[in-house]
Amino acid sequence: MAGSRLRGSAAIVGAGQAGIGDATGRSAFDIVGDATHAALADCGLKLSDIDGVFSATMVNSMPAVNVVEYLGLRPRVTEGTNTGGSSFLAHMQWAALALDAGLCEVALITYGSNQKTGAGKFVSSSEVVPFEAPYKPRYAVTPYALAAARHMHEFGTTREQLAEVAVAARTWANLNPEAAAKGPLSAEDVLSARMVSDPLTLRDCCLVTDGAGAIIMTRADRAKDFPKKPVYLLGVAAENWHRWVSSMPDLTVSAASRSGPRAMEMAGVTHDDLDLVMLYDAFTITPIMFLEDLGFCPKGEGGRFVGDGKLRHGGGFPLNTNGGGLSCVHPGMYGLFLLIEAVRQLRGECGARQLPDPKLALCHGNGGHWSSQVTAILGLGETL
Amino acid sequence: MTAIPVTATGPGAERLWRDALAAGSLTLPFCDDCGRAHFYPRVLCPHCGSRAISLRPASGRGTVYSTTVLRRRPQDGGNLNVALVDFAEGPRMMSRVDGIPAESVSIGMAVEAAIVIEDDAPVVVFKPVGGA
Repeated sequence: MAGSRLRGSAAIVGAGQAGIGDATGRSAFDIVGDATHAALADCGLKLSDIDGVFSATMVNSMPAVNVVEYLGLRPRVTEGTNTGGSSFLAHMQWAALALDAGLCEVALITYGSNQKTGAGKFVSSSEVVPFEAPYKPRYAVTPYALAAARHMHEFGTTREQLAEVAVAARTWANLNPEAAAKGPLSAEDVLSARMVSDPLTLRDCCLVTDGAGAIIMTRADRAKDFPKKPVYLLGVAAENWHRWVSSMPDLTVSAASRSGPRAMEMAGVTHDDLDLVMLYDAFTITPIMFLEDLGFCPKGEGGRFVGDGKLRHGGGFPLNTNGGGLSCVHPGMYGLFLLIEAVRQLRGECGARQLPDPKLALCHGNGGHWSSQVTAILGLGETL
Repeated sequence: MTAIPVTATGPGAERLWRDALAAGSLTLPFCDDCGRAHFYPRVLCPHCGSRAISLRPASGRGTVYSTTVLRRRPQDGGNLNVALVDFAEGPRMMSRVDGIPAESVSIGMAVEAAIVIEDDAPVVVFKPVGGA
């Protein structure tokens, strides 16, 4: 089986977050430092134990190299592949490979941004896209609005079904002390919010927040020596078909339709085995399409699948239990934060929003404009 | 206009396409081996890998594949249509549909290309077939 050599070969032993929501006065690398310190404290390792560094950002030309310098490290492995918000799921794959090959012993995967309070405005890439720029699309919302419009046209998906994704996310955020957006949110609130790019309103769009995350990975053979339950990487797969939305072959099908089956095959799990699903929710359309592409419902049925409220807290389909990018945290790139929520759920650290005894989680990261899709399966020791 | 070969040396695919556009001709890159068109222009066929690419005059006919209205304040230029248009020849491009309100552009609408000058550069836009 493809990649099966790496199945369960590495585990997340430490996880930390910092500056979630608002990190006023602190730089992006300050909160990377805070999150790294928290992740090390979580597993009892020292900063000097880290000999593999994996990072990506939207604003630095060599982000992993910046992290190395800020933290005062001299790692044997420095890896900075940037595939957008999915980067950190892909970094787990490269970290597992490096650990398995003995290239490093302790891998740090980290990301941070102070895009809410630091720059005073949304931080985005300054790259000019020659065949899109003349039409003045607004990134990232326009590509996702175009996909939502096409999904509605082909499958009869409704704006109310899109709104339900935001409403459901809020029910989880309301139970998460760290979530940046809390309080009641109704479908009517979503539908009547300011239209940004039809059919998506402001409440169909993820938050713009600060936030940093860090996870520590080691080989499985030493993972049991740490204080917290190890969370094993059972499967991971990355797929990438295009960069910009004008080159996306079909706006209703993402490369998650290949990364998902590959990751699940590597892990040897089926949909019924999963206790938690964490999907990158940059916009309300993204979980709907990923639920289809990942095989939780047939293509085109995503809107109706979510429309009955099953994604809400207590609704029977635990999705994005931290509140997601829509209501918890979205500092430009979100993939790392959904991994950390999965780790916390699997360890049983989630307080009021804790699921009963979850053992297996599917995590899915999206990068660019539906461009890079990375699926990872995480599980506790009994799933090995 | 005859086909413009995209050669292995000299001006590249994008440059040749833009030069033709500036001369008033909308072209599409075709592979002379597999026969399929692609967009944006490239020096090798993304379908089969062949280097036998030529720019051929495009029909200009297309269909709106998806559309959105980017909501902007009047002082920022007002609402703007952004669309993906499928050429009759197959390839898709980002563009916009002019000549009707941004909100009136719909998926499946038949459109035809026009070249307009914006910021001193030729830009491909579309208009509903038969006017509107």
